[in-house]
Amino acid sequence: MSGQSQRLNVVPTVTMLGVVKARLVGATRGHALLKKKSDALTVQFRQILKKIVSTKESMGDIMKTSSFALTEAKYVAGDNIKHVVLENVREASLRVRSRQENVAGVKLPKFDYTADADAAKSDLTGLARGGQQVQQCRAAYVKAIEVLVELASLQTSFLTLDEAIKTTNRRVNALENVLKKIQGYKKREIEKKMQMQLQIQSSSTKVPSNKEASFNSSQNLLAVADKDEDIIF
Amino acid sequence: MASRVQIPTNNSALIAMIADEDTVVGFLLAGVGNVDIRRKTNYLIVDSKTTVKQIEDAFKEFTTREDIAIVLISQYVANMIRFLVDSYNKPVPAILEIPSKDHPYDPAHDSVLSRVKYLFSSESVASGRR
Repeated sequence: MSGQSQRLNVVPTVTMLGVVKARLVGATRGHALLKKKSDALTVQFRQILKKIVSTKESMGDIMKTSSFALTEAKYVAGDNIKHVVLENVREASLRVRSRQENVAGVKLPKFDYTADADAAKSDLTGLARGGQQVQQCRAAYVKAIEVLVELASLQTSFLTLDEAIKTTNRRVNALENVLKKIQGYKKREIEKKMQMQLQIQSSSTKVPSNKEASFNSSQNLLAVADKDEDIIF
Repeated sequence: MASRVQIPTNNSALIAMIADEDTVVGFLLAGVGNVDIRRKTNYLIVDSKTTVKQIEDAFKEFTTREDIAIVLISQYVANMIRFLVDSYNKPVPAILEIPSKDHPYDPAHDSVLSRVKYLFSSESVASGRR
């Protein structure tokens, strides 16, 4: 057992009681803070969930209009426009910039798209015929990208927040159910032992030979406490 | 925290695509396409001759490349490599399943939306509108 070596040595003294009390206060405060963080993250998480669902639905409509615009462009400019497009790929004029946003200490990625305006102008696709339709089609697809980039940043935030909420909740539960109970138990135990020692000491003033026995009994109490399975610290 | 995933903040990341020809042509027209010095593209056109192996390789390549922030994948293509898409759980690059022209969009298959729906189950937002 690795927990055996990490066990806190508890001696029934006033200083130890103070230490344990301070630890209990610390655990309570930490628990309250973590709970607040968890709540803040959950609020953000719900907002993102709602946005994801609505954006997913608008994505369907936008993809429909943009593929219809492509069909129009194909009809006007001829079906071989796709070969022109496929051959003219050089460097991306539409790129994605990523930055971070901070929500209650959790870094969320956010994407923005940046379009290179002069690169789009030099493109001569549809020069012979159907130029206007091609431009409309391009605009429709740029709009689609806009929605898709937003959806992507929502989705990554969703995954990151999900993970963060899980860890925070695990810590909250650990503090709530394990640490606080153990510290409280230790505090009570020390108080009990100190009372017992006081009684023994007051009785030992009358009977001096009892001193040895009192030492043994306090040792025994510690041994009993050590056997408790719940103590891991 | 050593286990936390680092989010790269670079200024120009690309959008990769695995889709049918029409969708890819449309997005290329918008200016998404990129061909580097070694003639490597950031898109894969899926037609009847494309094998599942090719799609798998492209997916793996796009998700491991440093300069790609978003991977767009047609839903019927994603269904072919569903096991890969579902097991992918990194935040960056983000995987987006998009509808394609001749395959209707089914929200039940989307790996992220199914998780969203699972969390939303009491309100059942997505399933109520289908």
